[in-house]
Amino acid sequence: MKLHEYQAKRIFAKYGVPIPEGDVATTPEEARAIAERIGGPVVVKAQVLVGGRGKAGGVKLAKTPEEAEEKAREILGMDIKGLTVKKVLIDPAADIQDEIYLGMIIDRARQRVVMMASSEGGVDIEEVAATKPEAIKKVFIDPFLGMRGYQAVEIASGIGLDASQFRQFGKIATGLYNAFVASDAELAEINPLVVQGDGSLLAVDGKMVLDDNGLIRHPDLAAMRDLDEENPAETAAREAGLSYIKLDGEIGCMVNGAGLAMATMDIVKHYGGEPANFLDIGGGANATKVAAALRIILGDPNVKAVLVNIFGGITRCDEVAKGLLQAIEEVQPDVPFVIRLVGTNEEEGRALLAEANFPTARTLAEAAQMAVAAARGELK
Amino acid sequence: MSILVNNDTRLIVQGLTGREGSFHAAQMLDYGTNIVAGVTPGKGGQEHLGVPIFNTVKEAKEATDANASIIYVPARFAGDAILEATAAGLDLVVCITEGIPVLDMITVKAFVDQHPTRLIGPNCPGLTSPGQAKVGIIPANIHIPGPVGVVSRSGTLTYEAVFALTQRGIGQSTVVGIGGDPIIGTKFIDVLELFEKDPDTKAVVMIGEIGGTDEEIAAEYIKNHMTKPVVGFIAGRTAPPGKRMGHAGAIISGGKGTAAEKIKALEAAGVPVANFPEEIAELIAERL
Repeated sequence: MKLHEYQAKRIFAKYGVPIPEGDVATTPEEARAIAERIGGPVVVKAQVLVGGRGKAGGVKLAKTPEEAEEKAREILGMDIKGLTVKKVLIDPAADIQDEIYLGMIIDRARQRVVMMASSEGGVDIEEVAATKPEAIKKVFIDPFLGMRGYQAVEIASGIGLDASQFRQFGKIATGLYNAFVASDAELAEINPLVVQGDGSLLAVDGKMVLDDNGLIRHPDLAAMRDLDEENPAETAAREAGLSYIKLDGEIGCMVNGAGLAMATMDIVKHYGGEPANFLDIGGGANATKVAAALRIILGDPNVKAVLVNIFGGITRCDEVAKGLLQAIEEVQPDVPFVIRLVGTNEEEGRALLAEANFPTARTLAEAAQMAVAAARGELK
Repeated sequence: MSILVNNDTRLIVQGLTGREGSFHAAQMLDYGTNIVAGVTPGKGGQEHLGVPIFNTVKEAKEATDANASIIYVPARFAGDAILEATAAGLDLVVCITEGIPVLDMITVKAFVDQHPTRLIGPNCPGLTSPGQAKVGIIPANIHIPGPVGVVSRSGTLTYEAVFALTQRGIGQSTVVGIGGDPIIGTKFIDVLELFEKDPDTKAVVMIGEIGGTDEEIAAEYIKNHMTKPVVGFIAGRTAPPGKRMGHAGAIISGGKGTAAEKIKALEAAGVPVANFPEEIAELIAERL
């Protein structure tokens, strides 16, 4: 789960990371009031859960409260990569001398949290990694020891900070690690960490992605989810216990198992179609769950055919077929279906579907080709 | 023969009295797996499915001489269950549970690494050596014994590949689901090494998916260390970047972990990559 900049920075601040004393506004008038309170020039920043806000015109400097109101009016309601801006963060403008990148992710190969820093702040870390990998300093953190003082000095020195800044940098690095662990994060980033005119450091931007599996023990963080920024179908799927991701194609896919769901999308593409979604209904495939899945798939107006691919393992195919028929009866879809059942009791399952006049396929290759033909209206 | 589990496996089921544990333990018993004990704290002294229950893994191991365990406990307690089984000194611990927070797994894995115990999973379907032992949730009836080793990050996709092999009359030595999480106990290269050493495994199927670099590392290993033919499959060619495709570990992040990169690495190592699951069996048949 992604957090907004203002949410991430407030969490960082709780762990001793210095942040600008700004606030969030949902109207231009509020923006002006915050700017008045701050006094002096401010930055008006769109709060949306996508990167590249700056380039899209979602971050603007304002010298006066009047100007802050005006800029907020421009930014609120703006569309950035398909998301509507509903909140702006008003921060005092920082006295920027230099910009640093400081971030933390999980390194899967090393199986450790890795802290990364670079003197090339303000730019995308992936860009730095591609063009100037030697500029990125890394330390791997032992889960039993946590972030240690020497590691912070290693990074601070490695990115060329002045010795007088080591102590403050250490406090920020340790704070970021503690925030990361305490929040069950999978990414935490300060970009840029600004070196101000007086040499002090300030976290001007913040980003945090939380581990969905950790949310169960953080109801306060789970409550920060911004449903406005999530595709409504993905919200409905999450609430129904389904795993769904909307794509741009025309063939709706319903599959049990994540790996098989991906393989099904891939084979649709292999035979010249485009998958409309990823959807894993998980184990069991009972009628209630199948019906919920069908409604979500059919809610996408691009869908011209539905491919159901179920591997019946411990769940028998005839039971799956009954669940499917019941769900189809309930939802009354108006697009063609191609159903493939394989595994335990597959003949019985296919017989039930054939009786109800549903085209069934034996192999996945056959099913994908039939679904592509059905979407083009060419299935006999 | 086989790898990791066989007729000598003496299995503890952690969470035997729970809904999932109970259902799958019954299936494993049906298959002939030697389940010697169950562990549910607070239910020690009882019996379930004819299996004695203990409060702790340590007590169960002392009483039954168990050498392996399988974990079916909810995500909140699963990390602790892995630590307990590791501390008790079991050789093999298989964790089926999905949804363990990744930071928990980093700590758990670091602890397991300090012990001789091998962990499979979490978020995996377990493993089966056809005709000998089924440890996990892989449906029993899709297998026949034979010469092909299968290792996979997925569940149903693995069943699909195994079923396709069986339909062609090609049996399996051992089928190992290593799990779809970012942090797992046993990786592709560990299992490939075991298959390479197993005299009865003649060819290997490796099923990967987007996310991470384990397939690339495996490709390098295959090129340098494997004499047996390997056939690959990578799920997620059409997966968009930045989206988690069901499995916690299946995500293309920062432009890394794409199917294209993995397929390229495997092909460069001389591993043919199937376009869809059924093709895996064809490619294996050509190489046996």
